[in-house]
Amino acid sequence: MRILVCVKRVPASGGAPQLNADGLDVRHLAFTVSPHEECAIEEAVRLVAEHGGSVTVLTVGPVEADEQLRYAISMGADDGVLVDTGTGELDPQATAAVIVDAVGDLETAAGPFDLMFFGNESPDAGHYQVGVRVAVATGRPMVGGVKGIEVDPGLSRVRLRRDVPAGVEVYETPLPAAVAVKEGLNLPRYPSMRGRLRARKASATVVRAAVSAGGLRKVRLRLPEEKQSETVLLGHGAAAAPAVVDVLQELEVL
Amino acid sequence: MVLAFVDLDAGSLTPSATETLTLARELASTRGEPLRAMTFDDSGRHDDAPTAAELTTYGVVRWFRVAHPLLDAYSPELWGAASAQLVRTLAPSAVVASAGDRTTEVMAQTAARLDLPLAANCTTITATASGDEWRLTRVRNGGMLLEDAELVASTALFTVAAGAIEPAPASVVGDLTTETFSPVLDDTLPHARVIERTTRGDGVTLASARVVVSGGRGVGGADGFAPLEELAELVGGAVGCSRVATNNGWRPHRDQVGQTGTKVNPDLYIACGISGATQHWVGCMGAKHILAINTDPDAPLVSRATYAVIGDVGEVVPAVVAEIRRRTPSPLPLPAPGVGADGHDGDRPDL
Repeated sequence: MRILVCVKRVPASGGAPQLNADGLDVRHLAFTVSPHEECAIEEAVRLVAEHGGSVTVLTVGPVEADEQLRYAISMGADDGVLVDTGTGELDPQATAAVIVDAVGDLETAAGPFDLMFFGNESPDAGHYQVGVRVAVATGRPMVGGVKGIEVDPGLSRVRLRRDVPAGVEVYETPLPAAVAVKEGLNLPRYPSMRGRLRARKASATVVRAAVSAGGLRKVRLRLPEEKQSETVLLGHGAAAAPAVVDVLQELEVL
Repeated sequence: MVLAFVDLDAGSLTPSATETLTLARELASTRGEPLRAMTFDDSGRHDDAPTAAELTTYGVVRWFRVAHPLLDAYSPELWGAASAQLVRTLAPSAVVASAGDRTTEVMAQTAARLDLPLAANCTTITATASGDEWRLTRVRNGGMLLEDAELVASTALFTVAAGAIEPAPASVVGDLTTETFSPVLDDTLPHARVIERTTRGDGVTLASARVVVSGGRGVGGADGFAPLEELAELVGGAVGCSRVATNNGWRPHRDQVGQTGTKVNPDLYIACGISGATQHWVGCMGAKHILAINTDPDAPLVSRATYAVIGDVGEVVPAVVAEIRRRTPSPLPLPAPGVGADGHDGDRPDL
């Protein structure tokens, strides 16, 4: 089976974000793919190990996103495609249109993808819609929030598990299909030394794309007001237990 | 007109639907347009009257029940196609929905089918008196940042971040007209559908718990969660954890609190041995009070907490459990599964 995994180069989240005049100050940040997308890569690599086929990783962004493609290849993906749209942030309609064009080219060249994986949402922009737009434009069904995937042996259908507040929903869909996955789907591997060496030698395909803007335009980013309050120190070690229980009673949770 | 996509739970408005309706009504009134509602129902047939009464309270004047045999089980494509048909027919100036998994999915399907822009997780939306320009603020980076944005469209689509709007019934209500909208749907459209649903019946859920006792690296291992479980049981709460705990296999992923796990908003969040990286903070920042137990007084979560205890989780939590038991006049009954399931039923012994 042919699987496409779409990934996005995003700043690694650690401390509080710093803003400058241009938006997020990324000078001191490392870049990564999101935990959701790491799970997507892992799942694709496992499915291909079981059923045969290949995993292609696609990213849309600046040329530096080559780093994320190589990471995916070091985890076991077969090849990478980078659609260079420069450093500016694209709106979700524009991102989807660029991906749809790239998918069209890839499928014309080497046949249709049975599965397309996306992260459920990007950890930075969080538009929750790019995967659905690509799925609709390419005539595929799509389920989001997926934490379990079972492909039937005939490779014609797939069962997908999604956690909902009340429990679990199981979906069935014919292939080809698109799936947006969440962390918890699997435990992604650490790239092996062999994988790293392969990734270093691999050459990702770089294509340029014309971008036409959609109807949503970012004006600026800002920090939310954080309610500042002094932390009340209840004590040190086991001796603090009575003070803790006083607080539990005060908050009426006991 | 402004169209609110209202999510129902067994025929009743969900809390997020009341937030959605409140914001949609404000937008409609700014623009001098009527408020209409669209609903789907996959929970079996219900009496319409209570739903109609609730919608009226929130200022809806026309209600479209979307119904078709193919919509009885949830399907993102079929619901999306049906919603897109209604939106195309009505041509509203805006469609507003809550930012739940399912509502977001249907809105994205609608947006994709009509090639309209969709702004997700909005906290404020400002309508211009006429025309098709909107200003909005939306949540980014799991809540660490806000984005001010502009949206231009013949029909603008929005989802509203949970808790961003204080729900309020309309001050003036009119008469409600109810209509069934039957979309043209075809089984040959490739679609996913729900074939099975299981309900967790084991009481307190992480997302709804009034108290969450959460453990991270400082807990030290899977066994270290036993005292946290005990404390959670005593306060009728749920056990959560940080990403470190799930990545180490100490807890299942469904227990994870954070940007890629569950976002919680309890009255009290007890963070045991969790330093509080951004990924975790955005999952628990909705808590009213936070108690951090950590050996490191400079841990980010300790500085952000309401209360802090500096010390080892393995010593502090068992001591707290012992203190609760000491103050209990009679031994607490061994909680059966489901006891105090709603966490605030008030039938626990007074201490």
